Amino acid sequence: MSAGAEEREARTPWALTAPALLLFVGVLLIPLAMTVMLSFHDWGQYKGIEPVFILKNWHEVATDPYFAEMFWRTFRIAILTTLLTALLGAPEAYILNRMSGRWKSFFLLIILGPLLISVVARTLGWALLFGGNNGLVNKLLMSVGLIHAPIPFMFTETGMVVALAHVMMPFMVLSVWAALQRLDPQIENAAMSLGAGPATIIRRIIMPQIMPGVLSGAIIVFSLSASAFATPAIIGGRRLKVAATLAYDEFLNTLNWPLGAAVATLLLVALVFIVVGSNALIERRYAEVFR
Amino acid sequence: MRRNGPLALIFHAVFVTVMVAPILVVCLVAFTPEGFLSLPTNGFSLRWFRTILNYPEFIHAFWVSLGLGALSSLVAVLFAVPAALAIARHRFRGRDALAALFLSPLMIPHVVLGIAFLRFFTSAGLGGSFAALIIAHVIIVFPFALRLTLAAATGMDRTVEMAAVSLGANGWTLFRRVTLPLILPGVISGWALAFIQSFDDLTMTVFLAAPGTETLPVRMFLYIQDNIDPLVTSVSACVIAITMTALILLDRFYGLDRVLAGKGDTGR
Repeated sequence: MSAGAEEREARTPWALTAPALLLFVGVLLIPLAMTVMLSFHDWGQYKGIEPVFILKNWHEVATDPYFAEMFWRTFRIAILTTLLTALLGAPEAYILNRMSGRWKSFFLLIILGPLLISVVARTLGWALLFGGNNGLVNKLLMSVGLIHAPIPFMFTETGMVVALAHVMMPFMVLSVWAALQRLDPQIENAAMSLGAGPATIIRRIIMPQIMPGVLSGAIIVFSLSASAFATPAIIGGRRLKVAATLAYDEFLNTLNWPLGAAVATLLLVALVFIVVGSNALIERRYAEVFR
Repeated sequence: MRRNGPLALIFHAVFVTVMVAPILVVCLVAFTPEGFLSLPTNGFSLRWFRTILNYPEFIHAFWVSLGLGALSSLVAVLFAVPAALAIARHRFRGRDALAALFLSPLMIPHVVLGIAFLRFFTSAGLGGSFAALIIAHVIIVFPFALRLTLAAATGMDRTVEMAAVSLGANGWTLFRRVTLPLILPGVISGWALAFIQSFDDLTMTVFLAAPGTETLPVRMFLYIQDNIDPLVTSVSACVIAITMTALILLDRFYGLDRVLAGKGDTGR
C-alpha cells in the first residue's frame, strides 16, 4: 500500500509535466533537428531542395568572404551595442536606485515599459528621428555643437547600434538593478565614515558588487543584439545585412532554404557557445557573489 | 544613502528623454494634419487614424494578432500550470533539465525558431496556417507563463492545502478550490505577459505568416519596408496605446518589476 503511494508520488511530477514535455519535444526539438538536417541538403534554382547529405552550404558559409564579413558585422554591432548599454545603463540603474520611493517606481516604469512595446514601433521612432541628413537627432546634435556635419544614421551601422542600444537598454538596467537590490547600503556608509570620497566608493565598493549584474546583462544584450531582426532590417535597409536579416532573405526571397538554415544554425551554435562560456566564466570569477 | 548630485540628475534627465523620445515621436507624428511625415506644429488631427479604416489589411491583421495572442497565451497557461506545480513542489530526477528545456525558447534566437517552425509546418502541410501560428506562439510565450506561475506556486503557503486535505478535500477539488485561487494572480499575470509577447512578436512570425494570417507587427513591418508614411505611425500609436494599457493593468495588478524580473526562475 505504502509502496504504491510512494510510486504514485514519484510518478506525479512526470504526469504533470508530460503534456508540456511532449509539446516541447514534438514542436521544438524536432523542428530544430530538422533545421540542422536541412543545412546539409542540396538546393538548386530549378530543382529546389534535394534531401541529400552534403557539406556544400557549410563550405560556402565557411569560405565565401561575404559570410565572414556579414558575421563580423553582426558581432561588431552586438559588441558595440552591449558596451553602449553597459556604459549608460549601469550608471542609470545606480541613480535610479538612489531615488526616493515614488520617483523610483515612476522612472522604473518609464525605462522598463518600452521592453513590452512593439520593437517595430520603437524602431520606427528612430527611423523618424534619424530621417535623412536633416533629421531631428542631427539638428539637435549640431545645435548643441557636438557635431559640425550631419552624421548619416539611416542605413548605417551607427544608426543600428543607437537604435539597438535603445531597444536593449531595459535588459541592462533591469540586470544591474537586480544586483543593486542585493547590495547592503551600510557598506557604502561604512566606506564614507572611513573617509572614502564618492569616486572611491563607486570604484572600490559599488563597481565590484554590481559587476556580476552588468556582465549578466551584457550576455543578454549581446545575444539578443546578435540575433536581432526588426531593428537591423528597418534601420539597415536592404543592403546592410546581419545574420538574422540574411537568413530571412535566403528563406523568403532567394528561397535557398538549406543555405539559410546553415546561417541560422551557425548563429545558434555561436551564441550558445558564447553565452554558456561567458556564464561559466562569470560564475567562476564571482562565485562568492552568487553563493 | 546619499542623494543624487546635479550631474547625476542631468544624466538621468537626458537618459529618460532618449528612452522616451522615439516612442513619443511616433505618437506625435500620428496626429499630424499634413499628408507627409511631420510633427503636428499646425494643430492636431485624427485624419491618419481615420485613414486606418480604409486599410482593411491592418484591421484584419489586428484581429489576427488579438486572437493569436489570447489563444496561444491561454494554451500556454494550460500547459504551464501543471508543469509549474511539478517543478515548484517536487524534487525529481531531470527536474533542472526540464526547467531548462521549458525556458529555452528565451535563449534560442527567434530567427532560428522562425526558420525551424517554417520548415516543420511546411513539411507537415500546415504552412502559413493559423493553427501553425498558434502552436509556434505557444512555444515562444510558454517561458513567460511558466515563470510567473512558478513564482506564485513557489511562494504559496502550503499549510492552507494541508488544512483542506485534513478536511477531506483531494484531487480536483483541492486544485480547483484551494490551489488555483491561491496561484491565480501569478497565472493571470503570466497570461498577460505571454499575451504581450505574442502580440508584439515579429521576428518569428514574419517567417510563418502568409497573406490572410499576417499579424499586426508583420503587416507593419512589410509596410515600412516599402515606405514610411504617417499611416504607419498612427497604427503604431494604437499598438503603443494597447500595450501601455496592458502594462498599467499589469503594474497595478502584480507589480511591473516583479513581472519583468521573473523572480523564482527555477523555484529556488
